[in-house]
Amino acid sequence: MKDFDQFEFTESGKEKVKEIISFYPEGRQQSAVIPLLDLAQNESEGWLPMAAIEHVADLLGMAQIRVLEVASFYSMFNLKPVGKYFVQLCRTTPCWLRGSESLKETAEDITGCKPGETSSDGLFTLIEVECLGACCNAPMVQINNDYYEDLTQESFREVLELLKRGEKPSPGSVVGRKGSEPVNGRSVLSTDKG
Amino acid sequence: MPKITIDDLDMEVPEGITVLQACELAGKEIPRFCYHERLSIAGNCRMCLVEVSPGPPKPAASCALPVGDGMNIKTNSDMVKKARNGVMEFLLINHPLDCPICDQGGECDLQDQAMAYGQDHSRFQENKRAVKEKHMGPLIKTIMTRCIHCTRCVRFATEIAGVPEIGMLGRGEHAEITTYLEKSLNSELSANVIDLCPVGALTSKPYAFVSRPWELKKTESIDVFDALGSAIRVDSRQTEVLRVLPRLNEDINEEWITDKSRFAVDGLSRQRLDRPYLRFDGKLRESSWTEAFDCIQSRLRTTDGDRIAAVTGNQCDAEAMIALKDLMTNLGSNNIDCRQDGAKLSSECRSSYLFNTTISNIELSDAVLLVGTNPRMEAPLINTRLRKGWMNDTLKVAALGPDIDLTFPVDHYGNDPRTLQSISEGLEPFSHILSKAERPAIILGMGALTRSDGPAILHLARNIAEEYGLIKDDWNGFNVLHTAAARVAGMDMNFLPSNGGLDLEGILSGAKAGTIDVVYLLGADEIEMSRLGDAFVIYQGHHGDAGANRADVILPGAAFTEKNCTYVNTEGRVQLARQATQPPGEAKEDWKIIRALSDSLRRSLSFTTLGDVRARLVEENSLFDNVGDILPSSWVPFGSYGEILDEEFKCPISNYYMTCPISRASQTMAECSKEFSSQSSEENFADA
Repeated sequence: MKDFDQFEFTESGKEKVKEIISFYPEGRQQSAVIPLLDLAQNESEGWLPMAAIEHVADLLGMAQIRVLEVASFYSMFNLKPVGKYFVQLCRTTPCWLRGSESLKETAEDITGCKPGETSSDGLFTLIEVECLGACCNAPMVQINNDYYEDLTQESFREVLELLKRGEKPSPGSVVGRKGSEPVNGRSVLSTDKG
Repeated sequence: MPKITIDDLDMEVPEGITVLQACELAGKEIPRFCYHERLSIAGNCRMCLVEVSPGPPKPAASCALPVGDGMNIKTNSDMVKKARNGVMEFLLINHPLDCPICDQGGECDLQDQAMAYGQDHSRFQENKRAVKEKHMGPLIKTIMTRCIHCTRCVRFATEIAGVPEIGMLGRGEHAEITTYLEKSLNSELSANVIDLCPVGALTSKPYAFVSRPWELKKTESIDVFDALGSAIRVDSRQTEVLRVLPRLNEDINEEWITDKSRFAVDGLSRQRLDRPYLRFDGKLRESSWTEAFDCIQSRLRTTDGDRIAAVTGNQCDAEAMIALKDLMTNLGSNNIDCRQDGAKLSSECRSSYLFNTTISNIELSDAVLLVGTNPRMEAPLINTRLRKGWMNDTLKVAALGPDIDLTFPVDHYGNDPRTLQSISEGLEPFSHILSKAERPAIILGMGALTRSDGPAILHLARNIAEEYGLIKDDWNGFNVLHTAAARVAGMDMNFLPSNGGLDLEGILSGAKAGTIDVVYLLGADEIEMSRLGDAFVIYQGHHGDAGANRADVILPGAAFTEKNCTYVNTEGRVQLARQATQPPGEAKEDWKIIRALSDSLRRSLSFTTLGDVRARLVEENSLFDNVGDILPSSWVPFGSYGEILDEEFKCPISNYYMTCPISRASQTMAECSKEFSSQSSEENFADA
């Protein structure tokens, strides 16, 4: 188990930190707070321990409470530990019309926990979220940093089972469509112009 | 200057002000919660909506809208009324209706504005949210369900107090104000958030459920816990001072006061000396005024004047001091000293012991050198002025002395007093900053002046002042920061040894050696009592502290809230403190005690009324006649050349919360010092 009382970026993370901070003009380094928190969350098993918040505050010369304000304002930052797979179920209208409710049932069934909870084996944390911006491929869920789209109860079950077995399902549309092209293949721009 | 119209009134207003400020200039009342003159603009309560044209056809938040030429502003149109009404309805959605059990009741902005601008009923049927209480230390009680998220406390802590520890976590309905990890707010000014809070979310913990505002007698007075003389209002009920609030005084405290000024007053009802005491066989026994006076008289009758001495304390009023000075003169003693900390100040040049720049002007300075002082402990409100200068990016501060956290960056030049010499010789980087500065200043603390090389440091500081242009026609950058409210008055009336009289050091060593037989301590508790040897000690004061512990006779006096008296602050401003309550038991006003004693000693003083005493003060020094003003003082050479010792400066205050008999008797201050004790180790003279 990682020690969450201490936090330091990994070597590659430190490089990234420098790069991110360099995006902002001198004296405006505090603007890097959100990308740095995101980086820290990725390096800290998907959540932000206080040590990470304080580390980011020190890096940017900000008061700790200011960084905590930012971290607590944005719902994408987790201030409590999450499972190995952080499953965000989209429940906004397009996904809902296309059956997100049934995906929720599947997720609850396989993980044994309800939205907002973490499964007893520590593998999954379920959460319901609002639109993640992939409505064309509804219904969809986000697991850690990947989108899984065009899901049905069966295909979603398979995704979760794979994850449970420690394998990695390929992200994107599970029916194999590219991006948000029509399901039946392209219908326009099918020939090269000129 | 933009020409605007406010409610059909044409007017011209200064460039760059906001619509809200313009409306105030026009005499219009604009309700507000989040806007505060001394804080940055947040614009989040939306209570200050007005109608502005030209512009979008919707109400605009006047606090965050700059005035523009040709604006037509309506503060009372139907649109505005409806908008305010709606905002108020939203604010009240999650505000509990617990006014009857809320300490803010009767002095609550939300209550008042709901009356004036709200509806008479609620349409809200749903559940209200509830928020857990947050810990903010021993002074601030929180009932966060009442919070309307104006963020005044957040901005105060960040901007004025300089401790960015309060913040708003979460968002929307889940937003909560809290301190980081619910730690106590580590500031000497923390309790000002209680005044700033427009609702009952942050209230005074020691004053919780004590009283309603309309039950209190309000007395406008002066604070004596530091040498600033902040304007305060003493709220009392019958014999007890229940709380102290700040009054507005732009020249001194603006609208803030320190936590000690606000909360040490519970010490006024503890450990009081409420009757005379006499020591028999090493034990103090209750006695009467006649007995006490007889005892003093029989002792003094057989004592020569030059074997008698008097020392005054940090909170003595000018009236008592002049009375004691005259009594000592009548007794033939010149052994008097008002510098119980041994500060090497002399009264020859008034500028040499004043904060000449004045408190309000120090924020205009562009380079300040602190010598042996920690203004955050010694005068937190001067520290906020320095901080303001730093916030405006106009002031650079350097410190020579202990490494201190002033809540803003300070160039620290170590703690070798001899560095002052090299600054004076232009060898340090700050020398250049000083020489280039237009309004440079130096602040000498008691940590630099109570040392044996005090006169040499004073001399060196004067050199710096003269060499680096600190003294100009319209600017005097030489400042002495006192820690004692009584000190400047004492210096002004020359409560100092004269004609070969002994100073504090002489009195103490004399007492030890047996050449001083009687020592009169007027509220002096911070001297080393063990050095008084076998001297007969008369202690006159209000608290059973170190002095009373050592005394052979105790004469019970009045505390600063129990007498009409005069103080002179560190700038040299004469101010009057007013009586709020009666002294307890048989205790009396101090000058009256000395007057009565003079009769029983058959050395009657010349005055019988307070008016007479004040006339006597004016006779001694005419500046006592100018209440509220600072008189210009001349600049003549002072200090004496000498060697600077290789000995570090020490701050005179090690525990901010316990510096005087009142604060040492205060339970609230005891809790504070326990809470913050990790930062300081108390040097309590009461145990000495």
